[in-house]
Amino acid sequence: MPRLTRDRRHGVRFSLNGHPVSVEAEARLSLSDLLRHVVGATGTHVGCEHGVCGACTVEIDGAPARACLVLAGQVEGMSIRTVEGLEPEPGRLSVLQEAFRAHHGLQCGFCTPGILMTLDSLFRRRPDAGEDEIRDHLSGHLCRCTGYAPIMRAALAARDVLMREERHA
Amino acid sequence: MKPAPFDFLRAETLPEALDSLAEAGDEGRVIAGGQSFVPMLAMRLARPAVLVDIMGIAELRGLDRGRGALRVGAGVRQAELASWPDLAETLPLVAAALPYVGHVQTRSRGTVCGSLAHADPSAELPLCLIALGGEVHLRSRKGRRSISAQDFFLGMMATAVAPGEMIEAVSFPLKKKGEGYAFREIARRHGDYAVVACAAVATTTGVRLAVGGVADTPQMRPMPLPGSVDLDDALNDFAWALNSREDLHATARYRRELVRQLGRATIEEAVRCRD
Amino acid sequence: MTANPPASGWTGRSVARVEDAALLTGRGRYMDDLPIAAGTLHAAILRSPHAHAIIRRIDTAKALALPGVTCVLTAEDVCRLSRAMTVGVKADVEAWPIAVERVRYVGEPVAVIVAIDRYVAEDAADLIEVDYETLPAVVDPRAAAEAGAPVLHPSLGGNVINERLFRYGDPEAAFAAAPRRVAVTIDYPRNSGTPIETYGVVAAYDPSDDSYDVTANFQGPFSIHAVVARALNVPGNRMRLRTPLDSGGSFGIKQGVFPYMILLALAARVANRPVKWIEDRLEHLAASVSATNRVTTLAAAVEADGRITALDWDQLEDCGAHLRAPEPATLYRMHGNMTGAYAIRNVAIRNRVVLTNKTPTGLNRGFGGPQMYFALERLMQRIAIELGLDPLDVIRRNLVPAGSFPYRTATGALLDSGDYQAAMARAVLDGGLADLLERQRKARAEGRLYGIGYTAAVEPSVSNMGYITAVLSPAARRKAGPKNGAQATATIGIDPLGAVTVKVASVPQGQGHRTVLAQVVADVLGLKLDAVRVIADVDTGRDAWSIASGNYSSRFAPAVAGAAKLAADRIAEKLKRVAAGQLNVPAEEVELADGRARARANPDNAVSFARVAAAAHWAPGTLPDDVDQTIRETVFWTPEQLIAPDDEDAVNSSLCHGFIFDYCGVEVDRVTGAVRIDRYVTMHDCGRILHPGMVEGQVTGGFAHAVGAALLEEYAYGPDGSFLSGTLADYLIPTVMEVPEPVILHYESPSPFTPLGAKGVGEGNCMSTPVCLANAVADACGFDEVTLPLVPARIADRLAGEERPSREAPAKAAGAEARPGERKLTGEGSAVVAASRQAVWDMLLDPKTLEAVIPGAHGVRKISPTHFLADVTLGVGPVKGRYRAEIELSDLQEPEAVTLSGGTDGALGFGRGSGRITLTEEAPGQTTVRYVYEAAIGGKVASVGGRLLDGAARVVIGQFFKSLAAHAGGKPASAGLLARLRTLLARRQ
Repeated sequence: MPRLTRDRRHGVRFSLNGHPVSVEAEARLSLSDLLRHVVGATGTHVGCEHGVCGACTVEIDGAPARACLVLAGQVEGMSIRTVEGLEPEPGRLSVLQEAFRAHHGLQCGFCTPGILMTLDSLFRRRPDAGEDEIRDHLSGHLCRCTGYAPIMRAALAARDVLMREERHA
Repeated sequence: MKPAPFDFLRAETLPEALDSLAEAGDEGRVIAGGQSFVPMLAMRLARPAVLVDIMGIAELRGLDRGRGALRVGAGVRQAELASWPDLAETLPLVAAALPYVGHVQTRSRGTVCGSLAHADPSAELPLCLIALGGEVHLRSRKGRRSISAQDFFLGMMATAVAPGEMIEAVSFPLKKKGEGYAFREIARRHGDYAVVACAAVATTTGVRLAVGGVADTPQMRPMPLPGSVDLDDALNDFAWALNSREDLHATARYRRELVRQLGRATIEEAVRCRD
Repeated sequence: MTANPPASGWTGRSVARVEDAALLTGRGRYMDDLPIAAGTLHAAILRSPHAHAIIRRIDTAKALALPGVTCVLTAEDVCRLSRAMTVGVKADVEAWPIAVERVRYVGEPVAVIVAIDRYVAEDAADLIEVDYETLPAVVDPRAAAEAGAPVLHPSLGGNVINERLFRYGDPEAAFAAAPRRVAVTIDYPRNSGTPIETYGVVAAYDPSDDSYDVTANFQGPFSIHAVVARALNVPGNRMRLRTPLDSGGSFGIKQGVFPYMILLALAARVANRPVKWIEDRLEHLAASVSATNRVTTLAAAVEADGRITALDWDQLEDCGAHLRAPEPATLYRMHGNMTGAYAIRNVAIRNRVVLTNKTPTGLNRGFGGPQMYFALERLMQRIAIELGLDPLDVIRRNLVPAGSFPYRTATGALLDSGDYQAAMARAVLDGGLADLLERQRKARAEGRLYGIGYTAAVEPSVSNMGYITAVLSPAARRKAGPKNGAQATATIGIDPLGAVTVKVASVPQGQGHRTVLAQVVADVLGLKLDAVRVIADVDTGRDAWSIASGNYSSRFAPAVAGAAKLAADRIAEKLKRVAAGQLNVPAEEVELADGRARARANPDNAVSFARVAAAAHWAPGTLPDDVDQTIRETVFWTPEQLIAPDDEDAVNSSLCHGFIFDYCGVEVDRVTGAVRIDRYVTMHDCGRILHPGMVEGQVTGGFAHAVGAALLEEYAYGPDGSFLSGTLADYLIPTVMEVPEPVILHYESPSPFTPLGAKGVGEGNCMSTPVCLANAVADACGFDEVTLPLVPARIADRLAGEERPSREAPAKAAGAEARPGERKLTGEGSAVVAASRQAVWDMLLDPKTLEAVIPGAHGVRKISPTHFLADVTLGVGPVKGRYRAEIELSDLQEPEAVTLSGGTDGALGFGRGSGRITLTEEAPGQTTVRYVYEAAIGGKVASVGGRLLDGAARVVIGQFFKSLAAHAGGKPASAGLLARLRTLLARRQ
């Protein structure tokens, strides 16, 4: 049984956006701190550290989850996707990202990566998600800039494009 | 807002977990999904010396449909229960309540048993367990014991789990023919802890109402059927007997009124849903 | 996006934002993302759990002994190395960024711990022991203003730190002559914009030249730079302040980061290393900054037709524990606009500023507008109701007349432009008011609670830096010298390849500055949008800036974008003169378009923009004599209208004034008290619109903030000063579920005072919407008065009739119902014991009993026969903390009565309680024990666990009695606490 004692850092191995990562961290580190300050992936933001605001949302094994509510000790073997993994290639935005730009679905952009990860995970599982389902998923995120209406518009527009692409595929 | 230091033990078998908990005693704590517990660690409200991660124990990850009950292992996440194909048919009350448990982003990691262990008086799953008359299965190095929902919740965040002991599973009694169920909740915002939550179970002979968010633990009472002249009085008596809490979000009087009104609506719906 | 500009230009179109690609891909550079120097240490801040207490002693020895800890900064260091922060009023009071000698609000910094990382710094914070002597706290502004209230700053003698009276026209005569007088009294609550990104500071000190280098997500105004430099006791050029490229929202709040800039700068000096601090959410909620709460009594002198002839304002502004710059600006920001959108010529104002044991206040979206319009627009509704008029008619009859702009208000504002009647008429028509009234009629016919609310408001933007001097008397102002203006800065640079860079001294927090500035400058220079690169972060060490720099008072579009336009114009004129020589045409004939300079009459006679633009670098000798250079132009722009307050106290507080007319329909659920917004219509005249998509975004976002303020959000305090909204599960921010989409309408009256004709737009709904929703709810429920936030429980309780009692005996548990927000638990009881009174008395005074009844005691030390100390572990479920407990017996009246009082202190907070026990001998060998107790709990546990606290305290009280029983060797009896006590007493006999 692995014992991650408090007195030192321990090896943590996981997959980040499809690439293997192996780092050393104290067991008590949050996944958000691990990603940002140990790995250097600062796209995942921290807004409350108590699981309410949703800014730190990442995908863990395909499902959206709060990175601030996961301890480094729990991360071993996880498959994690973050906002840094959404671009199909550097400089080209995904359908979801493009929809947010087209519909002004962001202002300061701080809550945006978390919202993108929730929607990315939703649309991967349910490309035909209805408006109520999208709204229910977004209710786990706080945004202080947009008033949410532009975010809903962006999400619906992205879904429509993704559904069309799915049908053509 | 960072947790105090602790030793983190990733148990791979149940005996390993039980030995670790026995050794740690009062200073040990199980971590499963961590969705309620990690914030308490981060705020340093809780500072256990030892955390025992049980999510690597395969035998705790199962959902077993047994005689008359669904046994949910301590490692089963809320989202896994929600997507269990037979849920709506066999546990309609739990199916109705699960969407109110936190948000998609917390149900993906939070476990069913973790919510019970946390014993928040406003939480939905403890309320369902009380309403259905379920059982919690505890395990320690010394052995197993099962305890009724009524005896499990002792108070605000206080349960019958002893030092060195952990929840192994929980059993939710399955729907019986002729029964009806309903769940309703009022919260300040979608996904918030309930100001008042009601769960009703209508059987062939009567109806019982369980109420969360009002007293220190979810409480249940048998109720007269709708149409009875006694229902208003019975709801009113129940509302008062809960000795409601007051907080920023609701007055005691408001909670009592919601018990009366929401309670009635929940009972009526449960009775309507009987098949 | 790289297409050629349309004939009408880039400006005014909703082009895609240049900011977005980076923000959508995780490449944003927010405060906590910036690279830091090797060796940078991390800070945590120990904060006060008490609202008011003397600091007797701070023991940092254990914290300093922890491996990884470099130093601990306390008030002693801060006072030694810096000066108190400038206070904006003349008063004998000091404000420091850390508690000096006493704490005055929950969350006030007490020590800064610097360590190898944040985790270790927090470990060390737990090890610091602070000995507090608690003092009575005052949180209600009315109570604080009264004689005899606990005084926060003894040097001040009281809590009212400033009072001013103003008189415009002849209000007394108008009130005497008016047939009606209508008045309202308003308690506006505390709330905040709570950006999702918290504060952050990285500071360094260089002792070799006594200079500080601070990076912080500060938003301005940069007048605060002077406050910081003065506090650090260095000239401004040794206090370099930089801001990150991206900011995760501010809404005014990030002005309040400045005391931490001072604190961290000093921590870096003491540590002799750069120090970084990122505020966490609990710190942010408890102690960052908040809008002011305000008590307002507003009366109007009214004609029979609803026309108002005079207003009489009495405002009591609560700025919290310290008056921090620029406060009391919240109270004066609206000074020129105290008549709102109305032509009212007679005004009396009494302004008082009071200090209370709450977090200091500062900038917040709407800044003074929400408080002021809540009173004014509630009054408008009351006038309509009391006079039996249509509220719409009352508004209409009082509006500033069309055609009278620029219009000077009674209190001194110069309203720049507008046609309020026309905008309102369009809103009534296009927003579908008739339909809404019909919906109301139908709903009411069905017995539902449906109401309609209206608000008209003037939205000021581009603050006059001099308005705050209205807090001084004219004589004091003369002595201090005039202050005025609103310097905006823009620089345009052209590099040797002819590429254009725009630099402004603003600090965007999501408003898309870089996009709009590119639009404006590309239009002037005839370039593609992506040919213009914009830099919008600030470095006071290198940039052109002034005290008005920064991003606040909605000044970007009217002032900053305007300055950029002027800078572009200036450089364009020079480029045309350069091109004129190259094209052989007069300069007036040159136009800049399509990336070229060309002859207007013959577009084929053209030269590329880059060739013209680069000439100043490569061949300065070829420039015409009247062109010095085209490399860099910096424009400072301040509007001439923003003059200093005059001797009659006329204050032109802002340059631009948008107009807003809102109305809404809401339905209130009779049972749950929930407010459903059926439709919300908001009409804006914000002058010329530079980017419709962003204006839409500002309005929608401001509306969401306002919905939060109206329905959900409050920084709540207990009467003892405990902070009760300590987590985001207590301070409720609206989600996508709670915010409907408003119907947004526009009317465009360009401002004649700004270069682009634009006015500010971001704050208006924070001013108009809370009161509009409140008016609608008042209309729906028939309430005379309404208080924010509109908590469903409060509404439902008011709507409900008398409550039916239970048929059963009332359950009366220990710690019976407390009032909402009340952190006190009280209880009483009695027991009959089969023992003589003297025997019971002896038992109660037996130290062994005490030792047994204190839950989780590790050891009781006897200080005197009536004074004990103990270490205890208290806990509920997983929540466990170690505390120091102190127990005293007092008021001993042997053998009749004794008072048992005790207190605990620990990292999780504190508890205090006392109980009076009286013994009555009913018969020989039979004694009645009566007890009354009162307990209070505060600190961290009250802030973050308020929802669960009362129940948790009951659990602890249960433990107390359980241990009583256990001590007596008995098992807890099932018949309740009294039975256990009885068992105990019987056994002891």
